[in-house]
Amino acid sequence: MEALQRVFGKNAAYLLIGPAAIWLAVFFLFPMLSLLTTSLSDPATGSPINGYTLTWRVDNYVEALGEYWPYMMRSLLYAGIATLGCLVLGYVLAYAIAFKAGRWKTVMLVLVIAPFFTSFLVRTLSWKLILADNGFIVNTLQTLHILGEDGRLLATPFAVIMGLTYNFLPFMILPLYTSLEKIDPKLNEAAADLYASPWQRFTKVIWPLSLPGVVGGTLLTFIPATGDYINASLLGSPNTQMVGNKIQQLFTTAGDYPHASALSVILMVLIVAMVLFYVRRAGTEELL
Amino acid sequence: MITRVGNWIGKHLMLTLGILVLLYMYIPNFIVALMSFNDSSESRNLYQFQSFTWDNWLNPCAPQGMCESLRVSISIGLLATLVATIIGTLAAFALVRHRFEGRSTMNLVLFLPMATPEIVMGSSLLALFVAAGFGGQLGFWTVLIAHIMFCISFVVVTVRSRLAGLDSNLEKAASDLYANEWQTFWRITFPLVFPGILSAALLAFSLSFDDFIITNLNSGTTVTFPMFVWGAAQRGVPMQVNVIGTLMFLLALGIVIGGEVLSRRRAKGKAVTL
Amino acid sequence: MSLADQARGDLKLTGLHKRYPNGFVAVESLDLVIPQGSFFALLGPSGCGKTTTLRMVAGLEEATKGTIHIGDQDITDAKPYKRPVNTVFQNYALFPHLTIAENVAFGPKRRGAKDPAQEVKEILALTELTEQANKKPTQLSGGQQQRVALARAIINRPDVLLLDEPLGALDLKLRRAMQIELKRIQEEVGLTFVHVTHDQEEAMTMADTVAVMNKGRIEQMGAPYDLYTNPQTTFVANFLGRSNLIKGTVVGREGSGADAVVKVDMHGTIATIKASKVHTDSDHGWVGIRPEKVLIQPEGQAIDAPGAALSGAVVVDASYIGVSTDYTLRMPWGQEITCFEQNTGRRGGLIPVGTKVDVSWRPEFAFLLDSAQDAEAGLEED
Repeated sequence: MEALQRVFGKNAAYLLIGPAAIWLAVFFLFPMLSLLTTSLSDPATGSPINGYTLTWRVDNYVEALGEYWPYMMRSLLYAGIATLGCLVLGYVLAYAIAFKAGRWKTVMLVLVIAPFFTSFLVRTLSWKLILADNGFIVNTLQTLHILGEDGRLLATPFAVIMGLTYNFLPFMILPLYTSLEKIDPKLNEAAADLYASPWQRFTKVIWPLSLPGVVGGTLLTFIPATGDYINASLLGSPNTQMVGNKIQQLFTTAGDYPHASALSVILMVLIVAMVLFYVRRAGTEELL
Repeated sequence: MITRVGNWIGKHLMLTLGILVLLYMYIPNFIVALMSFNDSSESRNLYQFQSFTWDNWLNPCAPQGMCESLRVSISIGLLATLVATIIGTLAAFALVRHRFEGRSTMNLVLFLPMATPEIVMGSSLLALFVAAGFGGQLGFWTVLIAHIMFCISFVVVTVRSRLAGLDSNLEKAASDLYANEWQTFWRITFPLVFPGILSAALLAFSLSFDDFIITNLNSGTTVTFPMFVWGAAQRGVPMQVNVIGTLMFLLALGIVIGGEVLSRRRAKGKAVTL
Repeated sequence: MSLADQARGDLKLTGLHKRYPNGFVAVESLDLVIPQGSFFALLGPSGCGKTTTLRMVAGLEEATKGTIHIGDQDITDAKPYKRPVNTVFQNYALFPHLTIAENVAFGPKRRGAKDPAQEVKEILALTELTEQANKKPTQLSGGQQQRVALARAIINRPDVLLLDEPLGALDLKLRRAMQIELKRIQEEVGLTFVHVTHDQEEAMTMADTVAVMNKGRIEQMGAPYDLYTNPQTTFVANFLGRSNLIKGTVVGREGSGADAVVKVDMHGTIATIKASKVHTDSDHGWVGIRPEKVLIQPEGQAIDAPGAALSGAVVVDASYIGVSTDYTLRMPWGQEITCFEQNTGRRGGLIPVGTKVDVSWRPEFAFLLDSAQDAEAGLEED
């Protein structure tokens, strides 16, 4: 790299960063701007094929919010519960790999990533089979009277949240593992030596030190889960649709770009606000 | 025997729970593998195991359009991986090795795509393509552009962490030992960063290959493999989809395990002639 | 085997100056000549500028002012890879993806050697690494890694070999062993070694010449024996070993030539100091004496030293450490001084705490330093 620097002088850094900067500016930042202008355009005078003109129609936001706020709330609720589920399951597995797996560490880590490679749509579809009305799990739960005679799992909020939890679990495990792995096991021993019970050792030593991973993991889980509509489509019912479903329908089926864009912007703003609040509270601003 | 298992679980509670979580993660993969042997010729609408058959494995391309969509996905995946890996690696070098104006802005810009829901990214890109008058030409190229866009950030993050972990004294040592800048880069820096670049490429490919939400919004009439599955899910999924799913899983596992074995063997240090 | 056949001469630093952008002056107008083939040590506390000096010689840091010459060749602005200088890095910086043999062959290959296998073999034999040739650095112990770093540098027959705290990462026992090993290799290859360390014992064990650095300047330079027996500043007196510094007033100068002495009044007792060990022109000074040169005897008993004895000291602490005993004595004027006494068995036990003792020393061991200097300089560092 220094060779480049010698040839191009001080501009080497810009030559290196340039392609990425341009690509992201043109195909990420600029589209965001485009989304913003579309969200303020009149849906009546434009079309998806011919484009829209900016008319500062703020009513798009009022209408989008008025009509779709239940979907928005449902998205945040489902994503929140799924993130919590991921945190519990992910912490257990990440902890086991970091401290208990011994020489099986690498193997277990590979096993965490490996399911990724079966298309996630295919895997999500297979939950349809597992949770089917006449499937093994539903039958068992009915026999045990946990589920009523007509009770079902598929097409319920449970199925959607379970799907979200399952799909985003690796995104939680990897950051958690990264920060747990950095913790010196001797700290645990030192805490034990200083009269901390196993629970105290966890709450006073391990948990605080793993916070960067917790924050990173919850963000990587919560953000995509909020915008997801695949789990709601495949495992849910019309009553469990999330905001992603609506945005997607408005864009593709309805062709109503201004309202769809307005809804996207609202979602984005909501997420950014929640993330900032959360990161402040967790005291891990330096992560951003 | 049972008491011995019980003792082991008692002693290794966390490990046992961890393995249970891992098993949970594998339930769908197990079902996918199982269904790849399902004979669904009697009823395609019933997504459940009926009888065993090799047919799906023998004729993986039987469903119309599936292998074509697979070909599209692989082409886009490879191209997106290639471009994103190159662009992202260069950017990672700039961020780790140079102090330049706009560096922190660039860090933020690279972070944002990872913090934006796919539906927002996909729809904004669609809004741009439409605004720019490409609304009627959505397809292979618009999908490729989108995939490169969201892969770059992940490549940068992966390569950057590898590069940041590199002891800068190694490069100074090479320079001290008469290697010029070019030799230092190719003999020391690049070989040491290469594993990071490789895993970044692997990550980029899997992200691209698996993407549905962004692709669906920007693909026009082009059908990728996830889109084929999505479309099929509305009518009844052909069992060959499970064959592809299982194959991809085995292939990836093979690559990762192969890479691990190779690097271990190399670490053992076979005799090298000078 | 001598690698230094074509070496081009002494390493000369002239007015070498390093000022960082934040204004910190790490090295201040340093003038230094290091003779070809010598084992030279730069000794000082962290932050004294010794590492910066080394890095400027290596070309890893740019000099603000001044020049660096090897023989007649000016290398001040030469790129690191164009200098006949090699470095043994503090943490070795061994290339983790290359084998030991490949690490060692790295330099010769960069310089265009087609097949350095023979040379590599010789160097590996010299550093006792033949069996490790095909291993990777992570498979080696700390001491072995240290030797690889050394082999990788000396195979290039540099005019000057720089060692940056080369033994810092090793435990004490291995350190002592490696010090002897390094010295042996240096004598065998005959190259100029410039060694940077904060460990005074290490510097004295290995180097022919030691330069003590403090705050970007060289305080004093010389053979270990001269530095120890005749320190010129309080910093050197305290940093290199320990010293008792007692306030005194010059009352007279007698004799001439080699016999010239200075008489100093220390709290009422007159001490005689050789003029060659007097490093102040003023009337006030610090009388310095090394703790092991201090002789003590219970009050009234004869001391084996000519000249005056200080009386009225009290033993306030006695630490028995096997080969010797450390006594802390409170002098009548309140100052505490230290005395190390060899446990020869002559005394048949320790002098109990609280005993009144007389204190003296042989006059030739005392030195006189400038009273304007801080008596505690060089104490807290290290």
